[in-house]
Amino acid sequence: MSLTNKSLAELSQLFRAGEVSSREITEAFITEIEAKDGDLNAFVTTTFDLAREQADSSDSRRDQGALLSPIDGMPITLKDIVCTTEVRTTASSNILRDFVSPYDATIWTKLKEAGAVLLGKVNTDEFTMGASTETSAFGVTRNPHDTERVAGGSSGGSASSVGANMCAASIGTDTGGSIRQPAHFCGCTGLKVSYGRVSRWGTIPMASSLDTVGPLAKTPEDCAMMLQVLAGHDPKDSTTPEKPVPDYLKTLNDPLKGMKIGVPKEYFIDGLDPEVAAVTNSAKEILRSLGAEVIDVSLPHSKYAVSVYYIVGPSEISANMARFDGLRFGTSEGEKDLQSIYEESREAGLGDEVKRRILIGTYALSAGYYDAYYRKAQKVRTLICDDFTKAFEHVDVLLAPVSPTPAFKVGGHGGDPLKMYLEDILTIPANLAGLPGLAVPMGTSKDGLPIGVQLISPGYTEERLLQVGHQMFNAVR
Amino acid sequence: MLTRDELLHIAKLAKLRIPEEKIDKFASDMNQILDFFKDLQEVDTDNVPETSQVTGLENVARPDVIELSKIEKELVECTPHTVEQNMVKIPKIM
Repeated sequence: MSLTNKSLAELSQLFRAGEVSSREITEAFITEIEAKDGDLNAFVTTTFDLAREQADSSDSRRDQGALLSPIDGMPITLKDIVCTTEVRTTASSNILRDFVSPYDATIWTKLKEAGAVLLGKVNTDEFTMGASTETSAFGVTRNPHDTERVAGGSSGGSASSVGANMCAASIGTDTGGSIRQPAHFCGCTGLKVSYGRVSRWGTIPMASSLDTVGPLAKTPEDCAMMLQVLAGHDPKDSTTPEKPVPDYLKTLNDPLKGMKIGVPKEYFIDGLDPEVAAVTNSAKEILRSLGAEVIDVSLPHSKYAVSVYYIVGPSEISANMARFDGLRFGTSEGEKDLQSIYEESREAGLGDEVKRRILIGTYALSAGYYDAYYRKAQKVRTLICDDFTKAFEHVDVLLAPVSPTPAFKVGGHGGDPLKMYLEDILTIPANLAGLPGLAVPMGTSKDGLPIGVQLISPGYTEERLLQVGHQMFNAVR
Repeated sequence: MLTRDELLHIAKLAKLRIPEEKIDKFASDMNQILDFFKDLQEVDTDNVPETSQVTGLENVARPDVIELSKIEKELVECTPHTVEQNMVKIPKIM
């Protein structure tokens, strides 16, 4: 029996039924990692000794009838910006190459308390700034479906580790599409949660008004199981409201009859790959056959989302990255005075994309340009939010492509930053408005590359997204 | 149009040192990106309020009670510099 191609839900069931131990599941994933990761480079640091120890603990708990949660004993990976006391947290940057956090991220504490087994920390674009993991200081992560191609980004290590059956689930982050786009590229399901639904304490920030933490896994049901563990208020993260956490599994099979699905016409942009459009259109038909009503809607300000994002994001980045001063933690260079320590440490530790975004942000916030860039972007952000509010007066969920194309080739964007920024054109609007989004694998290109579709719903309605995603996915499974 | 001198000024504000051979590439990339942002100027934003956050929360406060993190020593020891009396020793500022 092959274990590694099974979903988290299936593995959990086999484990609870006593048909397989957590140690056996863990060893099966370790074997896959040892066989594949030389080619894929999804892992920055593996934690096999820890994994074996945690798996054995899960097995003892099962024997005593004291399992902690449905994901107890299940092997996962963490994007390497989630702080862990056990091993280094690098953000895939030279400036944190040897950094070991003195505390655990809240979500890592929650996962440990739920009995999860950690296989390793996985690759990302440096400080999550990119759409291909090509900006990682640890090299590019490759796509399990075609190693000439990228796994996407920034959560490329997460998506590659799930897509290549090297773990049962992974934790990623999504600031402008960094969970959904790599999930689409690697044929897995990726959930970007509502802003504030999952604590970010101990997760290294990029753009604080946009960052979210969420799961990638094989199926929407698996993402529901993970979200159940992750979601909720954290006193250490004041952006997490004290809203109740619903039972995300209970409503997965509620009928879709009467549900209204909106398809925003602005998301069918010039340059949208015809195969991506075809898979999105086939998802419309599947939803109709499941009893939902599919109607066209308009989100007229969508086309401005990339500009808004690449002003607001870098502005917040320029502030967040100021903490890397070569004094308190991380790489330090230069000796004679503070100015030289700042500049030389940042020169030695930070890559070009990180610097570019710090520069854009510093420029956009500087005297004389603040109104033209930052304030203007904040206003257009309001109009983008209003578009969604109006659309959700008529529909329950939006259906759209995730990204304009399937996975592109490593080096395919030729160092052109703007071309890379446009990768996020269909995922950014949900981040600007703080809405949840789900990428679900729904088809394959003629070249054998996975194609996903995206669902978006009003804030704090993840259960609705997962319900629609689960049933749509099961129709093509 | 961002000039080479303006780029170097911005870099200085951001405590970045751009190597000589990369200055032109950074300037041209920045100009391409700033040019892209021009599309926002066509949007009418008169009387539109700004959105700086989307939580719907305001002034989140907690009881003013001191809690010890119990990792003061570990936090200070993250520094690559010398630690003396639980403080990080850095070069003279003045």
